Amino acid sequence: MPPSTSSDLTLSVNGEKYTLTVDHRTTLLDALRERLDLTGTKKGCDQGQCGACTVLVDGRRAVSCLQLAVAAEGREITTIEGVADGDQLHPVQQAFLDLDGFQCGYCTPGQICSAIALIEEHAAGWPSAATDDIRPDAGPPPLTPEEIRERMSGNLCRCGAYVSIVQAVARAAETKGAAA
Amino acid sequence: MTTATKGSVGTSHTRVEGRDKVTGAARYAAEIPFAELAHGWLVLSTVARGRIRALDTEAVLRMPGVLTVLHHHNAPRVDNDYVGLLGVPPDPSVALFQHDRVIHMGWPVALVVAETSEQAREAAEALVVTYDQEPHDVAFSAERQTEAYPVDGHAPGVVEKGDLEAQLASSAVVVDAEYTTPEEHHNPMEPHAATALWEGGRLEVVDSNQGTSWVAGELANLFSLDPASVRVRSEHVGGGFGSKGVRAHQVAAVMAATVLQRPVRVVMTRRQMFSLAGYRSPTAQRVRLGADADGRLRALEHQSLNMTSSVHEFVEPSAAASRAMYDADAHHTASRIVRLDVPTPTWMRAPGEAPGSFALEAALDELAERCGIDPIELRVLNEPAVGPVSGLPFSSRNLIACFREGARRFGWADRDPRPGVRRDGRWLLGTGTAAASFPAGAMPSTPAVTAEADGTFTVGVNAADIGTGARTALALVAADALGVPTDRVRVRIADSDLGPAMIAGGSMGTRSWAWAVTTAAEELRQSLAPGADIPPEGITVRSNTAEAIGALAQKERHSFGAQFAEVAVDPATGEVRVRRMLGIFAAGRIVNPLTARNQLVGGMIWGISMALHEEAVRDRSTGGLYGADLAGYHVAAHADIPHIEADWVDDPDPDDPVGIKGIGEIGIVGAAAAVANAVWHATGVRHRHLPIRPDRVLMAGGDA
Amino acid sequence: MREFGYQRAYDVSGAVALLDGDGEARFLGGGTNLVDLMKTGVERPALLVDVRELPLNRIEPTADGGLRIGATVTNSDLAAHPEVRLRYPALAQAVLAGASGQLRNMATVGGNLLQRTRCGYFADVSSACNKRNPGSGCPAVTGEHHNHAVLGASDHCVATHPSDMGVALAAFDAVVSYETADGPGELPLADFYLPVGETPHLETALPPGALITGVTLPPTPVAANSRYRKVRERASYAFAIGSIAAALDVEDGVVRDVRLAFGAVASRPWRARTAERALLGTRADAENFAAAADAELADAKPLPHNGYKVTLMRNLVVACLSELAEEAAR
Repeated sequence: MPPSTSSDLTLSVNGEKYTLTVDHRTTLLDALRERLDLTGTKKGCDQGQCGACTVLVDGRRAVSCLQLAVAAEGREITTIEGVADGDQLHPVQQAFLDLDGFQCGYCTPGQICSAIALIEEHAAGWPSAATDDIRPDAGPPPLTPEEIRERMSGNLCRCGAYVSIVQAVARAAETKGAAA
Repeated sequence: MTTATKGSVGTSHTRVEGRDKVTGAARYAAEIPFAELAHGWLVLSTVARGRIRALDTEAVLRMPGVLTVLHHHNAPRVDNDYVGLLGVPPDPSVALFQHDRVIHMGWPVALVVAETSEQAREAAEALVVTYDQEPHDVAFSAERQTEAYPVDGHAPGVVEKGDLEAQLASSAVVVDAEYTTPEEHHNPMEPHAATALWEGGRLEVVDSNQGTSWVAGELANLFSLDPASVRVRSEHVGGGFGSKGVRAHQVAAVMAATVLQRPVRVVMTRRQMFSLAGYRSPTAQRVRLGADADGRLRALEHQSLNMTSSVHEFVEPSAAASRAMYDADAHHTASRIVRLDVPTPTWMRAPGEAPGSFALEAALDELAERCGIDPIELRVLNEPAVGPVSGLPFSSRNLIACFREGARRFGWADRDPRPGVRRDGRWLLGTGTAAASFPAGAMPSTPAVTAEADGTFTVGVNAADIGTGARTALALVAADALGVPTDRVRVRIADSDLGPAMIAGGSMGTRSWAWAVTTAAEELRQSLAPGADIPPEGITVRSNTAEAIGALAQKERHSFGAQFAEVAVDPATGEVRVRRMLGIFAAGRIVNPLTARNQLVGGMIWGISMALHEEAVRDRSTGGLYGADLAGYHVAAHADIPHIEADWVDDPDPDDPVGIKGIGEIGIVGAAAAVANAVWHATGVRHRHLPIRPDRVLMAGGDA
Repeated sequence: MREFGYQRAYDVSGAVALLDGDGEARFLGGGTNLVDLMKTGVERPALLVDVRELPLNRIEPTADGGLRIGATVTNSDLAAHPEVRLRYPALAQAVLAGASGQLRNMATVGGNLLQRTRCGYFADVSSACNKRNPGSGCPAVTGEHHNHAVLGASDHCVATHPSDMGVALAAFDAVVSYETADGPGELPLADFYLPVGETPHLETALPPGALITGVTLPPTPVAANSRYRKVRERASYAFAIGSIAAALDVEDGVVRDVRLAFGAVASRPWRARTAERALLGTRADAENFAAAADAELADAKPLPHNGYKVTLMRNLVVACLSELAEEAAR
């Protein structure tokens, strides 16, 4: 008997449970946009080459265009719609708004989700390709503009808002550091 | 009563739609829900030239969810024999499915419509199309000059003054160099997307475009509809850069919505955009500069060759970029095209100026080297008093002020002109500069400004905000014209029912809309008696700037700028990194410094991307593109972009009610040349072929 | 993309059984390459067996002082692991040089080894390609090939292997473990990828239906002084045009141990054993580094537009080994 090509499943997104039947071909990105009406997550290339569809999966950033919805069952998904605290913007969102870290806004949700995760990754001591000394006893590198640029490179911005995005990420990281 | 003591224009404001954009609430074209929505998927040709022999639609129509397959046998007929809003006929590729001819690789041959996008995609991939293939020719190179002919695009094809050969012959120094730029693609982050539906006898299209009047007019013409029965909306647009006019996706969506009588959405894939969304033609340019020993130009020749399709003339007017720049007794410029079996190119951010300024400004740098004078002083020396070819006065020209301010801030005075002598570890360091210019213009618009009964004001102007910040800029402009704070002004844009208006293009959008909004708002302000009651429906004043713009005196009207770049080059690997960049612009009055700076820097980043990364490679054997995706076509990523500063000198346009010139494009102009000139200063090698890839740097023993 | 079945596996034998050697079935790891290939039509599986829940996500020391890395360890976790950063820094650097933060969070070690070439002709199903459609031809040989192979290729295929991680694993003599219905097996990375020859569509020596369960790194003291350098056409988030994993141990100015592997120059991570042999026991200086690189690259067969890779790799060998020699002298 040929295997079933669709599944009933429950997706957990921004703390809500959604039960739906998906065609196995449906990506997490399309499920969010077409089925759950969560259109804040953007489709830029649909091939993992631009980062516009970045969401958090179990707290880690991931491109939702290469994640099948059926394979996302059991994971906690956070999208741009779920990062603010009610009316209170997330510090990264606020910094993007204040410092004009975008132009057309289409890559922006992905940039913001990526930046939120980047700050966590850095706080956890993860090195990057911009880190001179990656030995664990060297300690976490300072979050310099160069580190931010390398760590944000999976998010393309065709308008070229990179300079203000880097400033926004740096400010948000400082805000978070001050709050911690 | 509120009195505005300080104007809004000129002070920084965050974007009025900014909160929606950072929370994901802003909905773009493919994100507006519709009941009973069907999904269309375009099928593109897999040959570069020939005829469609057969389409096996029967098997596809039996596939799950498939509703219809449109192709040249059954698609609604369209009429593309018209001239649109921008004064040109449409690219024939929008006349979808009208005949069996295949014009280029990736030519649209069918649309599959299904209940879900997954079903539509699989059915589109399963559709077997057979072709009678014919030999194709996509081989663009400087050698095609013999088959080329000049064309007047948005600038005249050929402009000549003086005896070029005589002046070259009497020049003490002659620079004669060829430059090339590759095929470049806009690649806005948001793919082209449209949903079409018929509602109450009207065609409604929710689209991502640079002008809803423009697209609505094209669709009315194509489908022979009363223009009043077509409504196009495009509230948020994820970038355009020239690519978002009428394209195959809207036409396909309208056809399918008409046939199925239900809403149909068509979204281009990223790969399809490389065939259907337009692009910047590759260019092969030759610049000859003849000068006296002190650097004074006697002759300036700029020849540019670009390609277009076999069915439509589009010229990338690269040589036109030279016409307003430098004085010379003999001044010859010509932009020519050669027709090949390729998609039709289109406007892409600073069409003409972007590639043209690379060639001209790199050649100027070579001349400065040959004459042994500073590149900035060379430009000062050749600064014209009036249009070098036209003889017309400049509306304002503050190029030298830009260079002086830029030189001061960049530290240019300390520069050692010798190439190849600075090192930082494995990196050779160099700096370069180049001039920028872009035409300043305005086109008519017809906004309405309403005084509401609650004391607020509504501006209805069919502008497009493709990331420029136009929505915010217009709120500031209207607030000043009305004499109220910006929080009492709301701006509605991007709906063809708001009335005809200029598109977001040619760096003319914000200026054109702001002029018209100012006119209406000032008239409204004067008509409002202090303390008088406003009726519930409000009081509305509508303007039309056609007459005022038509009355503008003939002048050379341009923005100017000076670009500075510092680069590092690793001669062992060929890697080039830009370390810092500065642009100083004289580009009219700056409405919103926060967003303006972002946009100018964005243009400069396009220049870096053009100089070092972007290149679409056309395979001569298949006629298609190699690596047509964002992994194969590199645009600059975060790590490529250093800290970049953009600033401006005072330069209000004397003939514009707000003083605006336009800043959408000037940021890219000259930027690639500044980078390339800096690479020469770092290495001593001239790179005349973009992009300056590692392999080219690595293998450039002498001149590359 | 055709319709397909989906099964999630929770143990290794279950995963192998679910796949059942079905030629139309694929294991799904992070999906960063497979799902993309399904979208472009290069892969059209009828069944996906999701292996992300398998208990193979640990990095553990081996009894002999090496390291065993589970197949479902993500690239991110691999690069962040203290033991990897301390003892095999070039491996961490190689992983960090690949893809993006998002993709590294998804991509697994097993999937990374099995990723397919990024040759543009391979990815375009309307194009000929011997790897995707055996016998259809290789347009790259006469077409666009400025980022194709210069070592170990054939007239049938000049595509390169895109992995960065694999280059470091090749340098450090990694061994790949797998499981089949008949039991477990092992393949040294040196034997893992098949020569191109006339069969570029046959890429690995894994038995049909085999599931990669992990990679073992033998104890490699020289690896503590190692680095990975990657050259690409933008500063990040791009595949290599040339890369190198290098490790060096120097005593009294003489090379005592050395490891070299190249990326983006061959159909597999290219272990530069000829260069290594040439270097052992010689003085650690730029002249010897260059001579060793030349020996390795003597067999290079560049195409008209990728000859720069020979120069690039030579320069990378000299630059990286020189830096490592300086480090070793400290």
